[in-house]
Amino acid sequence: MSNDLRTHIIETLEKGARLDGRKADEYRNVEVTYSVTKNAEGSAKVVIGDTEVIVGVKLAIETPYPDTPDNGNLMVNAELLPLSSPNFDPGPPSIQAIEIARVVDRGIRESKAIDTKKLCIKKAEKVWSVMIDIISINDDGNLFDAASLATIAALKDTKFPKVSKDHEIDYKTKTKDSLPLSKEPIEVTVWKVGDHLIVDPTPDEEKGSDGRLTTASLSDKELCAMQKGGDFPLTSDEIGKMVDLATKKAQDLRSKLS
Amino acid sequence: MPFKKRPDGRSFEELRKVEAKVGVIKNAKGSAWFKIGDTEAYAAVYGPRNLFPKFMQNPKKGILRAHYNMLPFSGSGDRIRPGGNRRAKEISFVTQKALEPVLDLTKFPNAVVDVFIELPQTDAGSRCAGITAAAMALADAGIVMKDLISSVAVGRVEDKVLADLCYDEEAYEDGPVADIPLAMLPSTEEITLLQMDGEIDKDMLLKSLEVGKKAMHEIHKVQVQALKEKFGVGKNE
Amino acid sequence: MSELKIKNKDVVVPGEILATGMEFLPSYGTYREGDKIQANRLGLVQLEGKVLKIIPLSGTYIPKRGDTVIAQVEEILMSGWRADLNCAYSAVLGLKDATSEFIQKGADLTHYFQIGDYIVTKIVNVTTQNLIDISMKGPGLKRIRGGRIIKVDPYKVPRIIGKQGSMVSMIKTSTDCRVMVGQNGVAWIQGEPKSEIIAEEAIRKIESESHIAGLTDRMKKYLEDKTGKKIEDREPRSDTNAV
Repeated sequence: MSNDLRTHIIETLEKGARLDGRKADEYRNVEVTYSVTKNAEGSAKVVIGDTEVIVGVKLAIETPYPDTPDNGNLMVNAELLPLSSPNFDPGPPSIQAIEIARVVDRGIRESKAIDTKKLCIKKAEKVWSVMIDIISINDDGNLFDAASLATIAALKDTKFPKVSKDHEIDYKTKTKDSLPLSKEPIEVTVWKVGDHLIVDPTPDEEKGSDGRLTTASLSDKELCAMQKGGDFPLTSDEIGKMVDLATKKAQDLRSKLS
Repeated sequence: MPFKKRPDGRSFEELRKVEAKVGVIKNAKGSAWFKIGDTEAYAAVYGPRNLFPKFMQNPKKGILRAHYNMLPFSGSGDRIRPGGNRRAKEISFVTQKALEPVLDLTKFPNAVVDVFIELPQTDAGSRCAGITAAAMALADAGIVMKDLISSVAVGRVEDKVLADLCYDEEAYEDGPVADIPLAMLPSTEEITLLQMDGEIDKDMLLKSLEVGKKAMHEIHKVQVQALKEKFGVGKNE
Repeated sequence: MSELKIKNKDVVVPGEILATGMEFLPSYGTYREGDKIQANRLGLVQLEGKVLKIIPLSGTYIPKRGDTVIAQVEEILMSGWRADLNCAYSAVLGLKDATSEFIQKGADLTHYFQIGDYIVTKIVNVTTQNLIDISMKGPGLKRIRGGRIIKVDPYKVPRIIGKQGSMVSMIKTSTDCRVMVGQNGVAWIQGEPKSEIIAEEAIRKIESESHIAGLTDRMKKYLEDKTGKKIEDREPRSDTNAV
């Protein structure tokens, strides 16, 4: 990384703006589109500036895990496609993709956003599995927040397929039944550059930053998952400020989901 | 019950609805989106760029690598486990071979052009949709190529030759079926992709090729228009 | 009978027939197939008398001896540096071409250039296998400090620079920014935050509209609107020959 870039980002912020003219706490234009692919039980596309993410949800009937015999299964996977950036290589998911998937997973799981008990068909035998795949189409920074928002949108879009008496799924026929989704955990990642806190970074800003904190929060500002990243430590004071900013911005993003 | 009518009401040589757009992925040197019926493909081109591992390098010219991938939620049945499989590998390989004949990469010795094809939604004809999108993306990337490549699947159901089969036709069970993915250079009508599975005799195969050529010229028109529209040409015509 | 199938300045695609008959002559970006002349890449047709050529609208940089480029140092070698040229090939900057100072054997090379540094440099040699030597010896060749780096399509660089540098100097004067555009499609902009944004947007606008006639006048108006400063015409210019 060129140290010049970080210096330049900080100098520009000190003059009151970011490299693209936005304010420190300003997102680029955010757009949510539902039902973008018809073979998934639910899907959504989120565009933030030039960043584009698609999430598809597939449902299947499987056996539950032995330790949770009356709970449905939840799985989150992220693929940073080499199609979406010259920096992503073909092959098994990178640590970057795994981290994105795991933080989205924790936000949903720990907030109990999906009532997994309602996904139980027959205790210890048959439960619904909710399989979430996060796909990057173009990476222009802030994949974390785009992935989280697209996931919640896709879950909201999901409809159960028709099921026969002997639990065979007819994927071609969707019912009107939605997932038991009661909460909407929304992630916002706050990035620290020098003494400044910014949201929704461009790739240059990501490269020039010292650290980041992702916070998933609910509509009542309750926090449900966090992840600190970056090479530099954070103070309690900074963490407090980052959480404040994240919960405030999460409300803005939530309003895009209606 | 003889096959008299296509399930979606098309005439036998009619394509499904076709749409295309060029320049859809900002990070890529060239990119395109192509939709035919319910099959949808994105293609992005990166390079010519540095090629590793080194033993793959060709000191005479750059090489093309195609990567075909169905997204996990793109199929009509169960989720597709990501990470590639034998089918995806083979399709990537024939895609590469379908595109290579038009490319001139002599200015880029030792380098690679990567074309990534991703399918968010499929209903038969996905390799052809991928090749069609890839050709547009390569042109958009400014690659020297003597022609585009247009691609479509044709086939037979009983005694009828059909263009652009959908899944229900591929899966027809009451009589003989053949599925023939094709690709060609539009200006010479030379064939660069030919696969067939099913049952067909030589006469019907040759008839299928003719139906395919007509269909691929239709696809070609859509490709040309999408490439020009990126530069604001032809929008009001 | 020879017949032209397109108009001058049309956008054409690979394989498109530009002319039939033997009267027209194929040049850059075109080829003859039987009695037809066809395009072999995406671009604008340029018809000069009976000669047909294509001005590409996109592509990857092909290194050429004598080009001034902006490169990024990516590796420190035994006796120099390796730099990324925003293309399929990297270049080597040898010790003797790096500075006018004498660099002692075993010296700490990061003292001169570090990994990540951007440099304005000149290509001094390209082999058939595209092994490239660059040099820092020459006017204006230096390490870049501060400002922002942006990447543009290398085939748009001539339009961004303009005739005798007219376009880039209009951007510089109007925004008060320092601007350098490397032949490899890497550009550097440095100035006040707001001015840098205007300069970058101006370059992006040239990149996306270079194929539409009247670019200079459009850019002049754009810059005047954005900066609120009038641009004096240095000399009457027209866009008729520029592509």
